[in-house]
Amino acid sequence: MSEQSTPRSPRRPGELTARELGRYVWRQLTSMRTALVLLLLLALAAVPGSVIPQESVDSFGARQWKDQHESLTPIYERLGLFDVYGSVWFAAVYVLLMVSLIGCILPRTSHYWRAARAVPPRAPRHLTRLPDHAAYDVEASPEQVLEVARAELRRRRYRLRPAPADATGADAEREAGTVAAERGYLREAGNLLFHLSVIVVLVGFAMGGMFGYKGGVIVVQGAGFSNNLTQYDDFVPGSFFSADELEPFSFDVDSFDVEWLSEGAGQGMARAFEAGLTYRTAPGEPEQTYDLRVNHPLRIGDSEVFLVGHGYAPVVTVRGGDGEVAYSGPTVFLPQDATFFSFGVVKALAAEPEAIGLEGFFYPFFASIEGDPFNVMGDARNPVVSVNVYVGDLGLEDGESQSVYILDKEDATQLENDEGRPLRLDLAVGDTAELPDGLGSVTFEGVEPWVRVQVSQTPGKRIALGGVVLALIGLCGSLFIRPRRVWLRVVPHEDGEGSYVELAALDRSGGGDTAVVVDDLRLAIVEALDRAQEDTR
Amino acid sequence: MSQTAWEALSNQAVAAAGVVYFLALLSHLAEWALLRSVPAGSQRGQVTARETVSVGAGARPAPEPEVDARTTERVEMAGRLGLLLTCLAVAVHLVALVGRGMAAEPHRVPWGNMYEFTLSGTFVVAALYLLLRRRFGLAWMAPIVVTVVLTLLMVAVIWLYQPVGPLREALNSYWLVIHVVSAIIATGAFTLGGIASALFLLKERAERRGTVGGYLGRVPSPAALDRVSYRMHAFGFPVWTFAVLITGPIWAHEAWASYWSWDPKEVWAFITWVVYAAYLHARATAGWKGRNAALLALLGMATLWFNFIGINYFSTSSMHSYADAPAVSPLHPGS
Repeated sequence: MSEQSTPRSPRRPGELTARELGRYVWRQLTSMRTALVLLLLLALAAVPGSVIPQESVDSFGARQWKDQHESLTPIYERLGLFDVYGSVWFAAVYVLLMVSLIGCILPRTSHYWRAARAVPPRAPRHLTRLPDHAAYDVEASPEQVLEVARAELRRRRYRLRPAPADATGADAEREAGTVAAERGYLREAGNLLFHLSVIVVLVGFAMGGMFGYKGGVIVVQGAGFSNNLTQYDDFVPGSFFSADELEPFSFDVDSFDVEWLSEGAGQGMARAFEAGLTYRTAPGEPEQTYDLRVNHPLRIGDSEVFLVGHGYAPVVTVRGGDGEVAYSGPTVFLPQDATFFSFGVVKALAAEPEAIGLEGFFYPFFASIEGDPFNVMGDARNPVVSVNVYVGDLGLEDGESQSVYILDKEDATQLENDEGRPLRLDLAVGDTAELPDGLGSVTFEGVEPWVRVQVSQTPGKRIALGGVVLALIGLCGSLFIRPRRVWLRVVPHEDGEGSYVELAALDRSGGGDTAVVVDDLRLAIVEALDRAQEDTR
Repeated sequence: MSQTAWEALSNQAVAAAGVVYFLALLSHLAEWALLRSVPAGSQRGQVTARETVSVGAGARPAPEPEVDARTTERVEMAGRLGLLLTCLAVAVHLVALVGRGMAAEPHRVPWGNMYEFTLSGTFVVAALYLLLRRRFGLAWMAPIVVTVVLTLLMVAVIWLYQPVGPLREALNSYWLVIHVVSAIIATGAFTLGGIASALFLLKERAERRGTVGGYLGRVPSPAALDRVSYRMHAFGFPVWTFAVLITGPIWAHEAWASYWSWDPKEVWAFITWVVYAAYLHARATAGWKGRNAALLALLGMATLWFNFIGINYFSTSSMHSYADAPAVSPLHPGS
């Protein structure tokens, strides 16, 4: 019945109360060593995100990776490896690092608050024992030396230890004939500023993630866009995003110009992209124009509009067996490689007697080498569409939403040519191909360029930028300001003529060349004494 | 001069610089080979001159035998010749860079693709070494710096070469000058610091085992090496911060609509930044000074150069992939 005999169990050795345990954990967490380990962990944790395609960076790559690694995908998904920088364990590392950082700077700030106003400590007894020192004789009297040394140190912006208030007592005696000076107080301020700024940056960064949004949309030349959710092709809202953040602007893409290099080393390269926009900041506002280019976003209120991609939309007209137009218009094809060889689908669901689907490629500059189709470059000099034809159930009857870039061919019938091979229509601009069995016809009317535009709001970006700039200033302070203490002691020669001077310097950061400081100061004092002597003569 | 003439000049200048660097390397190797016959610590050659002064070993070396005096003279000759050749090579290297910039139409800064980045990066390493040689007493570093520069130049010419071409659209911005210049300067400083750290580790290990000799016997003391390494990193780190965390995001925001998008290049630049921050931190942490800090510096250099060259080949999704064929669209087509 030990429980009854000891109402409060005695503490065993090594046992901690909750409070002590908390203190212990806090101490450990805020130690320099933990901070260092956390820094290295942060670096390590960032690595997988550069190796495994990230959903937020390269969603297409991520999807492809998942298709190729079926057994690994569920494991990786549980570990959050497709969204490393939004994962719990990545957050855990940087949150711990932040806590450690705050725990480090709070006590250091209060310590610095006191240290920054403290007077320099008095000179040690044996200056010649410091690693960098000088000892020499001068002709001047101790008073002169002290005066000159103080002036020189003050000129170098050292803080001087004031002489003791009462000139008697043991302390005063010890300090008599000495100068104690210190400089470089701002080093620690820089250090604190740097650490504090890291938090500011993180706050700014988090604001962007929480309240911002980014959305992408492909707009064909001649078409328009108005800023509301339904218009976006893809949209990534921040966690606290609300739809009324979308500013009510709208724009039309009037033109899109590209300059293609057809010769020289950059052959095939496109440059000088320029989309001519007409925009209104809100309905009813006057129309304005802007030439949207790479590196030159359009700013409307808090939103920014960027040109991030371009491509081609072949204008295709599909007629049904009855000759009625079932589909007509520019259809966005997605570039597959650098030559803008593009892939896309056309869905003519209204065609009678059967819905018609086209799937295939667009060649901006078609050429044929021994019968093999080939795309020369991105400039649309010889545009050709080359598509296979499907008819019947294109999977739209069941009402599921579908990507406009994918044709559901599961229940459809692929048309074949006379030889029983899949039918392929190769159409140049103006060509019309009749489909077999009176199913209809396909006409390639022309090509319109499209631009991919990204609209985003990034609140907190100025805070983050300001934070990094402050961090850089603090960093420079903490790296290049040298905290130094300099002491000088002067003793009169016993014969009353001249005096003996000891000078020493200490670099508290442990990286400075104090020998140079001592040398420099010694010379300056000697020269100043010489000048003073000449003046008195 | 026509564009092709400038380009030819640039290519010839790169080849010439390579040859002169090689000659510089030979004379530095001769210098160090000759030094083997001189007992360490007894010669007054420039290689350890700074060391003797800064340590303040007051006693002059004992009068040397006649043979040593002549050898010392030849050592100094070889060293001076090596330095002279290095200066010449750097000058020719600069000509190569200028030619590269003039060959493009319109004229531009010569760092638009991997070949040009490497050309500029090696130039900064060599030029920084020459600039800081006297101030930090880097004479001992000569054979290593020249070897590193020569090797990287060869890598650039053999594997990375691209004919002069126009800039890709996203690169067509004044931020190209500011962002890339600062990244290249930081890379140069970090590389020199990394060399000092590597030598620190070697020398420190040799001293622990008591097998200091040959070349290692003549490099500065571990404390001095550590100081040089720290100075280089302390200079490189703010510049790297400026390049990676200020100008990089500003430019990324203008070109790609997002100031930080965890692009692989950004991720690795961030990793490098964190590792170097850890290095600076480690120098102030008990138990991590010296050896561990130097290891961190080397880790930082590894991430730096991996990012500089490696990531362009390992990652296909990076928007910084300037290593691929010039016809690639700088814009990422609708994802």
